[in-house]
Amino acid sequence: MSLVEVEEANPVMASAPIAPYNSSPLGNSSSPNASRESLKMEPLADVAMLPGEERVIDKDIIYICPFNAAVKGKVFITNYRLYFKNTDSEMPVTLDVPLGVISRVEKMGGASSRGENSYGLEITCKQLFAFLSQEKYEENGWNVYEAMEEYRRQGVPNSEWRVTFINKNYELCDTYPTILVVPYKATDEDLKRVATFRSRCRIPVLSWFHKENHAVIMRCSQPLVGMSGKRNKDDERYLDLIREANGTTKLTIYDARPNVNAVANKATGGGYEGDDAYQNAELVFLDIHNIHVMRESLKKLKDIVYPNVEESHWLSSLESTHWLEHIKLVLSGAIQVADKVSSGSSVVVHCSDGWDRTAQLTSLAMLMLDSYYRTLRGFQVLLEKEWIGFGHKFASRIGHGDKNHADQDRSPIFVQFIDCVWQMTKQFPTAFEFNERLLVVILDHLYSCRFGTFLYNCESARESNNVRAKTVSLWSSVNSDTSLYINPFYTPESSRVLYPVASMRHLELWVTYYIRWNPRIQHQQQSPVEQRYKELLVLRDQYLKKLEELQLSDSAPSSTHLTNSSTPNAATPNQRITHLQTPF
Amino acid sequence: EKHPDLLPGEVEFCSANPILKYTQDDLSQRGVFGTLFCTNFRVTFISDEKPQEKTDKTFKNKLYGENDIPLMCVDHIYGVYDEKRKLITGGLVKNKYPSKMIIHCKDLRVFQFSLTFSKEEDAKKVICLTSGIKCLCMYFVSAEMQWKQETVMFDSPEDWTQEMKRTKANCRLVTENENFELSQRYFLQLLLAVECLINVTNPKLSIVLTVNSTFTLTSIFFSFFFRMINAVAHNHLYSVKTEDLSESLPNIQDIQQSYNKFKQFFLIENSTDFWLSDVKWFSSLESSGWLDIIRQCLQKAVEVVECLEKDNTNVLITEEEGTDLCCVISSLAQIMLDPYYRTLMGFQSLVQKEWVAGCHAFLDRCNHLHQKDKEYHSPVFLLFLECVWQLVHQHSPAFQFSETYLTVLSDSVHVPVFSTFLFNSSHHRESVMKAESPLAQSGPLSCPTVWDWSVQFDSKAQNFFFNPLYLEKVKHDRAVRKPHKPKHQRNLSLPSSAFKTPPKKGFFKDETDSLKKMLRVKRLSRWRGSPDAPAATTREFFESWQHRPLDYHGLLLPCLDGPAVHIWMQRYLRWIPEVYILGGGSVAVMTKLMELLSQVQDLKRVLEQRDSSQAAKLDHRPYFQHRLLSFDSSGRLSSSFPFAYTCYRSFKPIIPTGLMQSLMVTDSLASQEDEASSVVSFV
Repeated sequence: MSLVEVEEANPVMASAPIAPYNSSPLGNSSSPNASRESLKMEPLADVAMLPGEERVIDKDIIYICPFNAAVKGKVFITNYRLYFKNTDSEMPVTLDVPLGVISRVEKMGGASSRGENSYGLEITCKQLFAFLSQEKYEENGWNVYEAMEEYRRQGVPNSEWRVTFINKNYELCDTYPTILVVPYKATDEDLKRVATFRSRCRIPVLSWFHKENHAVIMRCSQPLVGMSGKRNKDDERYLDLIREANGTTKLTIYDARPNVNAVANKATGGGYEGDDAYQNAELVFLDIHNIHVMRESLKKLKDIVYPNVEESHWLSSLESTHWLEHIKLVLSGAIQVADKVSSGSSVVVHCSDGWDRTAQLTSLAMLMLDSYYRTLRGFQVLLEKEWIGFGHKFASRIGHGDKNHADQDRSPIFVQFIDCVWQMTKQFPTAFEFNERLLVVILDHLYSCRFGTFLYNCESARESNNVRAKTVSLWSSVNSDTSLYINPFYTPESSRVLYPVASMRHLELWVTYYIRWNPRIQHQQQSPVEQRYKELLVLRDQYLKKLEELQLSDSAPSSTHLTNSSTPNAATPNQRITHLQTPF
Repeated sequence: EKHPDLLPGEVEFCSANPILKYTQDDLSQRGVFGTLFCTNFRVTFISDEKPQEKTDKTFKNKLYGENDIPLMCVDHIYGVYDEKRKLITGGLVKNKYPSKMIIHCKDLRVFQFSLTFSKEEDAKKVICLTSGIKCLCMYFVSAEMQWKQETVMFDSPEDWTQEMKRTKANCRLVTENENFELSQRYFLQLLLAVECLINVTNPKLSIVLTVNSTFTLTSIFFSFFFRMINAVAHNHLYSVKTEDLSESLPNIQDIQQSYNKFKQFFLIENSTDFWLSDVKWFSSLESSGWLDIIRQCLQKAVEVVECLEKDNTNVLITEEEGTDLCCVISSLAQIMLDPYYRTLMGFQSLVQKEWVAGCHAFLDRCNHLHQKDKEYHSPVFLLFLECVWQLVHQHSPAFQFSETYLTVLSDSVHVPVFSTFLFNSSHHRESVMKAESPLAQSGPLSCPTVWDWSVQFDSKAQNFFFNPLYLEKVKHDRAVRKPHKPKHQRNLSLPSSAFKTPPKKGFFKDETDSLKKMLRVKRLSRWRGSPDAPAATTREFFESWQHRPLDYHGLLLPCLDGPAVHIWMQRYLRWIPEVYILGGGSVAVMTKLMELLSQVQDLKRVLEQRDSSQAAKLDHRPYFQHRLLSFDSSGRLSSSFPFAYTCYRSFKPIIPTGLMQSLMVTDSLASQEDEASSVVSFV
């Protein structure tokens, strides 16, 4: 007998019959749009396999569903997933779990039960399916992000900021991307000297440029101050160049860590920018805890929602996980960064190594400041740039292709970031072009290994493993059918800064992600407002079409401007109406 | 000099000037100077500054504005004496003169006035009157009576007959209590379950009876009562389950205590308080127990529904008075079962039937007279509205009314203009209204019911009472429609109660005992297994309901899992500027929906003008009838719309303070390095 535990951040444990939404989180075996009825009709036969997917094992087993009783059925293990379908009874139970999602396989019972199952799993887990996948999409998602293009969109390079290719062979910093933006006045030699004083050579580089006030968000790792309180003139001068670039009087350095941790880091050679060394800078600690605290917090969260949702003391249990409090801290940190930048001051953000909390803060602040990142395309660019490009250690944090379950390097930092984004979309339901489904799909494929997007720790590793050529990008799949991920209420407002309210009064548990597998928690495929809105959109188009026909039958040649009216366009409906009414 | 615009019948008592009103959303303790007036209806603050341009709010209460506090709405008044604050009660101001006055309102607004600039005498007078007034003032507001015809008032036998027809109930109306001879606590009609000549074609008769459990009944009343029970229990095919709410639900004092704790979390005086209370927010909420009481009530209502729906058992719910939790549970069960009560008119009729005609003691429970005796106060009606809100929140398309409607209704309880919430019983109401009032020149008093919404809101504002997501039932063509029988009879609540001081107490003891015995036997026979069992079967009942496709016009059950029970954000957070989401919240989505709806309606009109025959062919979905909400197009709305939408704050974000107190992770993990093998290069 074996127990399969799914990665805690992605608790797609099982799908009981009444929660069809869960039965196929990855949308493989059935259309994600399928209604309750059509899912029940799903044939008992084979699973629709992905191109490149091969069956390894199929066997009759008994699955012990945590919500119902044990169910008899057949299990298939392919090189991508574990699939279970019950053979008897009228209650369909299916289980469809990509192997990448499985965090642990436990053997239960006596020694005699050493089954092939667990062997099969272990064997297949070692190979990343993304490399075997032969899925084909029209668009190549790897082309979504081009660093130069993105910097040019921001208005860089310019007289204050230049692009440097010093890292084109990953010689300056092996966890940074090849293209970096630095102060115009800093030479490549300066950069090399600064790199000696920053942990893992992650020097301060530009993340985002404010077109109007020319303030910037810089990201880096901690300075190597150490116990002795070392100073580095080059680093000091470099930070001053950043300050000077737009005439900021005092550069603000946001250290994401709690003060005590920053101090403790001195013992291992790290530290923070001291007052006397950096006189034109002010240092603010944002009190966000480390990856281990976050891992434990999510583990606690899992304990209160699985297998049963804690009922009588739900709120205090939720509080005791501290998950939402961590979310609150991350969000309020990002609000402070965004606020500073929009008031015209440049900021530098770092934590210890500058790839976990730093990525959370810079990307959330950019999401608040720049409406481009709130579009479907822009959000992909944001992830590619701030997370994938700048070396968030996906492989270590998620543990792909890694046997060690209790690995100290694992932590749901990216999940936490997506949760923060979700909280923002909740508070501003019209400000984002993408919907909740995109966020869920991103998290599902963070673990699934079906796409190459979240594989490896940094660009240099991706390059040496030829990820772009050998795997498919998640964005190829997403952009092949964008209608699934579009928020119908989206209203573009280009110059608007979004400040979410980082209060526990507004933060809520993302039930449709963390507890979506629980059949007792109600799920609505679509919110009633969304459904109503879409119906009305359809109706409007019908009416427009009717009107057009009427006008054609009038054979008035002046009415040609109505010809494209059948395409829904939520952005400019007002204009169209005024157009329409003029002929009458 | 400025004076408030008085309502007809309103009298100005006194005023104090200058008074500084602190603007709540500002830490800098700034404020506005003005005059504080006290009338027989309200306390009102009139600013010295010129009113801002933006005074034409769409959603404006005609009776009181944002700087008015109806006296009945005052919850507590505190005086601040050198940093210490004390509760001011009963019009007594201690010898010392407070420098600041803080008023907590029952609709959760908080006002802070600095008294240091005005004459001591004047200010004292204002405080005295504000905290001491015990009279209920009623005005002769001319109501347009536009709603009254539609809301069934249940004050005449005809209304009851009509309702029985609607629900196809097999009951007989008795009018023996017409002159309150049987019971003063009950109104003129009692329904008597007919000596059930069992109707074979329609055998399923479900009735919820609400009865008190003290059984101190007068002789005539008792005989009726006994016959009624017999009729339901014995002559009927189906058994009765008795449910004593005083055994299984918290009593009214528990409810009061819990709400008192709960509301404190929303009476926020400044930003520091706000962020301090943010730290332990969830556990604070839980410790008040308020959400749990809501859950328990909904749970009980689901159990009642289960009996009616699944077991075909009639339910007799009892309670000491029969006018508190009985009202809550029976009305909730009816909302879950009968889509009529989810329409605005149906809901208002339900409140009339179960609460007003059902003799909920509004006067005592709401403490309109500011009595010190705490025993009788309890926000039972609010508890009911809270439960309804949970249903509305979970199944929005099933309800014709919006959460704004519920919020306004909860506020209206504290506006002393409406007869609806002023009395303890119909008898009480009649005796007061019939009595010649010195104020009324001639004839009996007439005052509007709360359902005359035009007294408070103009028709544009009333549009906000309607839920734009409501899915009206699609009417089928006659040819298609099958002559189907209703699945079962809707429950009728049978109000019945007793004298508190019966003239011949104990005289009918024997009968009472036998009745008790009978009820007990019934109860035992119906109880399945252990006391925990009902919850488990109810859970099953819920799950089997959840399996079926959701029909907004059928049975509706709430999900009661921990994460599914929410806080009524609109009601509780509407005055707290720290939580306003500028340009966000559900208002943002509603605005979009309304824009589109008006476009579609415009298009339809154009089409109809062009070709009426064409338009007729077009799809007539019922939601076309929806009223358009008019949102102010100027500027962005905050999430607290339509209540407090003047946002003084600029675009500056609110940055939480006191973050570290919240998260003292003492775990050793917190001090660990991120990377276990932290090798620092170039040391």
